[in-house]
Amino acid sequence: MSLAAPRSLRRRVSDLLYLRPRFLLLLLLLPPLLWMGILYLGSLFNLMLYSFYSLNDFTGQVEYRFSLSAFKQLFSSAANVDIVLRTTLMALAVTLACAVIAFPIAYYIAFYTRGSARAFWYLMVLLPLWSSYLIKVYAWRLILAGEGVVSWFFNALGLGWLLQGVLSLPVIGGTSLSNSYLGMFLVFTYIWLPYMILPIIAALERVPRSLIQASSDLGARPRQTFWKVVWPLSIPGVAAGSIFTFSLTLGDYIIPQVVGQPGFFIGQMVYVQQGTAGNLPLAAAFSVVPVVIIAIYLLIVRRMGAFNAL
Amino acid sequence: MPNKPSLSLRIAFIVGMLFLHFPILVIVLYAFTTEDRTYQFPPPGLTLKWFGEAFERQDMWRALLLSLEVAGMATAIALVLGTMVAAAIYRFEFRGKDLVTALLILPIALPGILTGIALLTTFKRLAIEPSFWTIVIGHATFCMVTVYNNVVARFRRTGHSQLEASMDLGADWLSTWRFVVLPSIATALLAGGMLSFALSFDEVIVTTFTAADQKTLPIWFLNELFRPRERPVTNVVAVFVMLITFLPIVLAQWLTRDTDDLHGGGKTS
Repeated sequence: MSLAAPRSLRRRVSDLLYLRPRFLLLLLLLPPLLWMGILYLGSLFNLMLYSFYSLNDFTGQVEYRFSLSAFKQLFSSAANVDIVLRTTLMALAVTLACAVIAFPIAYYIAFYTRGSARAFWYLMVLLPLWSSYLIKVYAWRLILAGEGVVSWFFNALGLGWLLQGVLSLPVIGGTSLSNSYLGMFLVFTYIWLPYMILPIIAALERVPRSLIQASSDLGARPRQTFWKVVWPLSIPGVAAGSIFTFSLTLGDYIIPQVVGQPGFFIGQMVYVQQGTAGNLPLAAAFSVVPVVIIAIYLLIVRRMGAFNAL
Repeated sequence: MPNKPSLSLRIAFIVGMLFLHFPILVIVLYAFTTEDRTYQFPPPGLTLKWFGEAFERQDMWRALLLSLEVAGMATAIALVLGTMVAAAIYRFEFRGKDLVTALLILPIALPGILTGIALLTTFKRLAIEPSFWTIVIGHATFCMVTVYNNVVARFRRTGHSQLEASMDLGADWLSTWRFVVLPSIATALLAGGMLSFALSFDEVIVTTFTAADQKTLPIWFLNELFRPRERPVTNVVAVFVMLITFLPIVLAQWLTRDTDDLHGGGKTS
């Protein structure tokens, strides 16, 4: 081809992209950034704005003027503060339980399986994670109901009195497991558990095997090796998992609705305020609460190296 | 680390795994129960009749169809946009790179209710009526990261050299994409697409806020949960939905089995 031959348009565009990489970068990033930056971040920003608007008591319309009345309404009512506390405590309890149950599972998969066996167990953690959220919650309603699986099991073992005893406890008890905070706690723990297992596996897989050998060569007993070598190195994984268990519990409104007691959770409050109550500013103010709590939480776990394990 | 797991570790592992899978087995069992009023366990008898009943329910089919349409459309958008980000992140060094990935992760790191209500308030303000498309917008927003994760993991394994070789040999951008890049990321695209499809197919919280009276299958399911017409039909549909989501997950796992990263490890990571 002679140099003088006219280049096709396609060729020219191609050369332009090759010679001006910045232009290509712009071309690649612009559409997704517009989507995420304007549509998504913009929406979040708009939500924040709404929390500084107020509701006109007479017309029931949102007044687009700066006001702190939504936040005032939120924090001046003891019931609302209770909702925030209740949700946060539940999120912490669920996170702790998830970590305790997830760790041995992750430890086993990371250290005692390899090859196709590991792929299999990995998939066995993934499947419950990916199976429908609603259906899992629904399954727990079947399991925890008064006439359901758990009651049957306790009665069959002659331990019905034990279950009744637990249910009669204040705070965590209720008329049946499906109407108690204990039941809700179980369901939350179950639903978010895989989110904790996976990052811990990832963290444990990164622990150099030579370090463990060196530790035992130097005379450490397995227990010492675990606490002094393996555990500190797995903390980022646990912290990363806890971001999900914590944040997801804070915002969920379906589990408290399906299983649990009448006491509201943050998510339910957001849902009710935007829907039936029609108070968007208050709903927005309520939805700012988990953002602030999560931001504080992130600041804490960042120091534990959570972001490197995500 | 000793060579054999200790007894207590083995027990904790087995009990944990049973805990993870027991509820799924319960759902399958209840799809066959003859009892249609209560959650009685064990079921007094087993029957196949509810499968037939579920098959007859037109409202269920409509919801299923809508879910498939939404998931298909959201996945298509996520595939295009997610791949673009992945290509940019892999190919270039630029300031704010981490910010871009953080932005993609945000919709699933923050509770879904935030994405939902944020979009809702914005739609309200812009006087956009909730519709099929507002649902799709919500879904595509959180599906993008799934595609991105899978594709970027694959990109990282294929070096820049192939691309440069192709260009050196005279291929233009389009042909290079068509004959070099696309084949090498094809399975990652497929895997990311399927995961994103499954994610959208199952989504209920964001949908609640962005839909008008459209009922996707999860919304239909939620309604049945509180006002059941026939309880066992709900169980049958549950089993059905699980089968629909399991298949793409297992396939996606298989398609990306040789990738070292824990690509798309969670719905989240």
